[in-house]
Amino acid sequence: MKFTSQDPELLRRLLRAKDRMDVASHEEWSVQRLARVSHVSQAHFARAFKEAFGVPPHRYLLTRRLERAKTLLRDTELSITDIAFQTGWKSLGTFGRIFRDVTGASPGELRAREKAASHQLDRVPACYLSAAHRPDLKIAVSEKRRLEARGKLKSTK
Amino acid sequence: MSQGVGVVGLYVRDQDEALQFYVGKLGFRVHTDSKNGDYRWLTVQHPDQPSFQLGLYKPGPPVLDAATAQTLSEIVAKGAMPPLVLVVDDCRVAYKRMHAVGVEFTQEPVSRYGSTDASFRDPSGNGWKMIEARKGAA
Repeated sequence: MKFTSQDPELLRRLLRAKDRMDVASHEEWSVQRLARVSHVSQAHFARAFKEAFGVPPHRYLLTRRLERAKTLLRDTELSITDIAFQTGWKSLGTFGRIFRDVTGASPGELRAREKAASHQLDRVPACYLSAAHRPDLKIAVSEKRRLEARGKLKSTK
Repeated sequence: MSQGVGVVGLYVRDQDEALQFYVGKLGFRVHTDSKNGDYRWLTVQHPDQPSFQLGLYKPGPPVLDAATAQTLSEIVAKGAMPPLVLVVDDCRVAYKRMHAVGVEFTQEPVSRYGSTDASFRDPSGNGWKMIEARKGAA
């Protein structure tokens, strides 16, 4: 992996785009919209973001949506359909498939497992607790799917 | 109290800007502001917490070499420094006051888990969670 130096002033502006996705991951975040937040040209945004944060912007958004879905599955009684739409998916099927691809379990299975386990985590601020459950998505979902189909990748929860 | 943590420091990109932010916008007070050549030891205090100082340091020479300082500046600007928590009596009131003076909030107040919290960043990129003190909590 190559590490290059980036201008801190640029990074601070890219962070603003990341912050905006964090707080509203259910919204649509086109490259155009993100680039505008960062005051970076559309042509440069995705590369600069990936260089700064290690993942392409839309994969980052995906991890935040899944993190939020996991939290809602764990902490609320909302239906899985409601959770899918509240976290930004347009189709329940896509949500279920990507959720399973990334976490290794269906939303329903994860909910059942989380409810069965008792947590002693109420002294950790909620956002950091939630971040601990953020999927660590190092590769694209499609690639993960492909590798799993070939049996080369162990389930990474 | 005579024992305990006295100073914890943050890295900031510009100490004047940080001073303006923590004192001018958050209402902290300057504890020490001492210059020695290129080096400036700057600490601020929360008015309700006289035993603790928050240091505002700019990474650079003579303490750090230029390459290390650059790396640290990048890390701060990416928001990758550890979480900070500011405890307030009333999160929504504090939000209103801070928002009005131009503090960059990354999350508006949200009530959950029996408390209310919001998030903001200092100009350098250091991220703060602002949490309303739970009544009766330790």
